[in-house]
Amino acid sequence: MPTFTQLSPADREEMLRSIGAGSVEELFADVPAQARYPKLDLPPALTEMEVSRHLNEIAGQNISTKDWPCFIGGGAYNHYSPAAVSHIMGLPQFYTAYTPYQAEVSQGTLQVMFEFQSLTCELLGMDAANASVYDGASAVGEALLMAQRITQRERAVFAGSLNPHWQAVARTYVSAREVEVATGRVFVEDGQLHEERLLDLVDEHTACVVVQQPDFFGHIHDLDGLAEAVHERGALLVVCVADATSLGLLKSPGEWGADIATAEGQPLGLPLQYGGPWAGLMACRSEHIRQLPGRIAGQTTDADGRRGFVLTLQAREQHIRREKATSNICTSQTLLTIGITAYLSLMGPAGLREVAEQSHAKAAYFASRVPPGYRVLTPEPFYNELLLACPRPAAEIRSTLVERHILGGVPTEHGLLLAFTEQNTKAEIDGLIQALQEVAA
Amino acid sequence: MIADPEQSAARVQGEALARAGGRENATRFEPAEPAEGLPTEPLLIELSRPGTPGHQLRGHDVPRADFDRRLQRSALRLPEIGELDVVRHFTHLSQRNYSIDSGFYPLGSCTMKYNPKINEDVARLPGIAHIHPLAPDETVQGALGLIYDLERLLAEVTGFTAASLQPMAGAQGEFAGMLMIRAYHQARGDFQRKKVLVPDSAHGTNPATAAMCGFHTVSIPTDASGDVDLERLKAELDDTVVGLMLTNPNTLGLFEKQLLEVTDAVHKAGGLVYGDGANLNAILGIVKPAEMGFDVVHINVHKTFSTPHGTGGPGAGPVVVSDKLEPFLPAPVVVKRADGSYALDDDRPQSIGRLSYHGHFGILARGYTYVRMHGPEGLRQLSETAVLNANYLRSLLRDVFDVPFDRTCMHEFVLSAKRLKAASGIRTLDIAKRLIDYNFHPPTIYFPLIVDEGMLIEPTEAESKRTLDQFAATLKQIAREAEEDPELLTLAPHYAPVRRLDEVTAARKPIIHW
Repeated sequence: MPTFTQLSPADREEMLRSIGAGSVEELFADVPAQARYPKLDLPPALTEMEVSRHLNEIAGQNISTKDWPCFIGGGAYNHYSPAAVSHIMGLPQFYTAYTPYQAEVSQGTLQVMFEFQSLTCELLGMDAANASVYDGASAVGEALLMAQRITQRERAVFAGSLNPHWQAVARTYVSAREVEVATGRVFVEDGQLHEERLLDLVDEHTACVVVQQPDFFGHIHDLDGLAEAVHERGALLVVCVADATSLGLLKSPGEWGADIATAEGQPLGLPLQYGGPWAGLMACRSEHIRQLPGRIAGQTTDADGRRGFVLTLQAREQHIRREKATSNICTSQTLLTIGITAYLSLMGPAGLREVAEQSHAKAAYFASRVPPGYRVLTPEPFYNELLLACPRPAAEIRSTLVERHILGGVPTEHGLLLAFTEQNTKAEIDGLIQALQEVAA
Repeated sequence: MIADPEQSAARVQGEALARAGGRENATRFEPAEPAEGLPTEPLLIELSRPGTPGHQLRGHDVPRADFDRRLQRSALRLPEIGELDVVRHFTHLSQRNYSIDSGFYPLGSCTMKYNPKINEDVARLPGIAHIHPLAPDETVQGALGLIYDLERLLAEVTGFTAASLQPMAGAQGEFAGMLMIRAYHQARGDFQRKKVLVPDSAHGTNPATAAMCGFHTVSIPTDASGDVDLERLKAELDDTVVGLMLTNPNTLGLFEKQLLEVTDAVHKAGGLVYGDGANLNAILGIVKPAEMGFDVVHINVHKTFSTPHGTGGPGAGPVVVSDKLEPFLPAPVVVKRADGSYALDDDRPQSIGRLSYHGHFGILARGYTYVRMHGPEGLRQLSETAVLNANYLRSLLRDVFDVPFDRTCMHEFVLSAKRLKAASGIRTLDIAKRLIDYNFHPPTIYFPLIVDEGMLIEPTEAESKRTLDQFAATLKQIAREAEEDPELLTLAPHYAPVRRLDEVTAARKPIIHW
């Protein structure tokens, strides 16, 4: 008897009789006989108790952010998530439901989608949002495809300070269309990071300019005038956010004039999970709403005039438009957006701002105490991430930090990228500074 | 009582039965009252009361740092709600949902099987839930090992030699697969192939994916027996064909009878065969797709391997491939070194590139747990039971509705209400809405697109005979109601949190935020 089925031998016999089959094998008569019932070379079945022990052993071979101080960022951040967030995502009537194809029995999902879209619009300062895409990286890819549809142009310009993982994923999204992507050069001069002027890379074929704010190295750009300059050249401005807690404090992409804005949703209460599942936030100006990919919930009324919610603007989607759809996206990240919606409700504007201020203050504290032999390359102002020039290759420094039980950042060409959140105590940061000092030689 | 609706139906009016049924199984709506008694749940912003934080952070332990005001945002209108009311809000909303844990969810093509609770427990272990995707390899050996092992388990189940777990959902798996096929042709210097063949019964993601890969699609009709029309397929096979995107069992729930001829014909024309693994649940341990001529298949871990569907995701869409596509897999790839340790290999010059860090690892850990709990025998028995359940339910309903393709099905089957519509004007949509009154989730309706008034019903292996009997009896009851009192159907649902919703106005004048 396999696990998680509920038929007794008597049930099976009765069911076969009703079907008019002598055996279950008869039901597979359409399967080519020579290929039927192959040998599966798999380990034998484990009971729940055994599999629980096995998975605990696997988990025990990983160092979690609960085990050691974590200063790794680079697109995912170790912020605190209130206990209620996980419990809300664990409500069975959320996590064991599916896409709200039948609106009357999916009002819970649809209302959260509507609430999530509202919060996304508010955070990003935009007019219209979808109910998420897979993650922050795929959101950049989808934004690029969307900009191409809107402008009917192909080329893209990426800031050099755009997260390299996002750049790689976005390139995969457009790889089949042989789109030229120009990337601004990043270099170190006079002890600081510099970046090539993006507008110099924009030409008459450019669909969009994609920037990250704060950028991959933590720097907050003054984007005043960029949107106007990009628009003058007939292109769109895409502003992407990695650590979305920064939006508790910093100007939104909309305030900087973005046409399309995206963000990684993980920092808003979602566990790191070695890279996913997370959720990508995606929003735009109202005139581009019909070019958004993915699901969108809309408010309406029922036959009695009560407020209700439905999937709407579905004429953009693959199940209606097939090859003319705005994206192939179908199953996405709704459960994660429930978590994000719960997180933002619990934190409120003051809580999110406090997270942002503390995360920044921790980074500033570290920057004011950088040990000899190291130098902060990220220009001021920065948010909660810093690129640190090291006396030895960054990968080596990170390995020696591992020996000291510190998850110590992301090694890059120019140095070690360190991230700070409200979870990093002063004592942890002091420990990092001391460890860096010890491993400098 | 719902215990024997067939008998009850004989003596109770449908209306009363529905009411009783709704109460009997009233786990999803609170209170289980007619719709007019249910309050609407306020929006978060309507619950907001300034000065009521839902969460308190510890104070600063380092000096505060100032920020240039010019960089700060002007306002942030997030709701302000205490923790209790936040929890109640989401609890109330969850109660306005139908879910597997509350009832039968025979949504065809979606494999709404039971999501074992152990999956949720393992996914919340700190060493699974709280590891950073950019953590040093030496600190995440358990995670890399799990990925490595799951790749091999999935490859073995499907008969392939390699896998990538990077695709985050089925549609992204399709994208990865078609990019690999494209890369394969180009690596051989073959740049003229632009035509992708897609059966007319396919999921919409197939043609949408082909378009994302810069291809155009040609729709191949389904023949009278429910299979790909082999002659029409052959007529399209030339040296511009990229390949065929095929779901098998197909979306009618039928195993393609001429599958080997189909894949062989595509290969002879120089094309490759992409397998949409949406319906893998029917064939675990029954047949390996690689042995039937597929070159690449994506797997919906959230369907076949029991990870929760989460109101519309997260899923996971690993791809499994044959030797000839292995060089093109998304990078990085997890490798096992001579000393038994694991590492990420990014030196893959022919790779199609990156799609994610390591896929939906939290979902993959759940799927891995499920595979390990079954073993080879368990997986086969799982698929056999899924197919038995579907054929049994089909046997109970084949005289009640039209059966467009009357042959043994796999894990799901299609019914049509065409005859009923002609007789009474009742549409499949009405039947679906009336099922809600009886506390069942409706099947997938109007898909595949080639069936008039279609219902695609997938019971999965997890359901008991009793549940299948109740569902069949209820559909029979509804068919009777359609003739005797059609308004019960056309005005349904009567016992849901809301009545039918105005979708037309929602699309014409979109209100998509508060």
